[in-house]
Amino acid sequence: MLNPDLVGRTFPGTKSTTITQESIEAFALALGESNLQVAPPTYAITISLEQSQSVLVDSGLDWSRVVHGDQRFAINKPLVAGMQITCNSTIESARVVAGNEIVTVRSDLIESDEVAVSSWSTLVFRA
Amino acid sequence: MSTFITGQELPAKSFFINRAALVTYAHASGDQNPIHQNEEFARSVGLENVIAHGMYTMGLVGQYISEVAGGSVKVQEFSARFTKPVVVPADVDVELIVSAVVGEVSETSAKLEVTAICNDVKVLGMTKAVISL
Repeated sequence: MLNPDLVGRTFPGTKSTTITQESIEAFALALGESNLQVAPPTYAITISLEQSQSVLVDSGLDWSRVVHGDQRFAINKPLVAGMQITCNSTIESARVVAGNEIVTVRSDLIESDEVAVSSWSTLVFRA
Repeated sequence: MSTFITGQELPAKSFFINRAALVTYAHASGDQNPIHQNEEFARSVGLENVIAHGMYTMGLVGQYISEVAGGSVKVQEFSARFTKPVVVPADVDVELIVSAVVGEVSETSAKLEVTAICNDVKVLGMTKAVISL
């Protein structure tokens, strides 16, 4: 079970990711999107989920039991090639329902000290 | 530029999901969980068959929203709940039908309530977007 003390804590990302045109194109084309100038609205997941996974696995949760429950994006600045992103993840809530642990993590994709995209993932760790 | 009116029903669009598309999405997204590619593995963990990545289904819905909005650049908010898995048997193109109704409209943005259906079942719940006008 997640240590309740971790709820509310922010885990700063340790590395910076440069968004490449190739990665935007691969993601867009996989979704049938022909506009390749701007990343699709769900592209942030390719950065945010890895960071959430690393934070939650380090906190003792079993990633092999995870199911994605809910997902939300708030896009302040659309992602484009060349942006240098760091990703900070905050554990916003954790609760246990019928033995399943339900954790919401907000990941902020930050460019030049501004949040470009916030991504909320609610993850269900099955009992 | 399109004009959006509250209550307006936007035209539906069909997407077709198959195993090859899931492999392509796995590579593009980095999510290589074998439940989305390997039937034997999927069954071994109690699933009826390979299932689509929830984020793939949401991504296709995102493509619909981008198209309706006039480009990904106009999508400000997007959320969904993964209520039912999209089961993808071998050698089948599973149809995902996406449609939307316009909610509240302001001078600068419009809310959309989106529906995503496979085999007559809603696969996403609480699917909403805010697009800039």
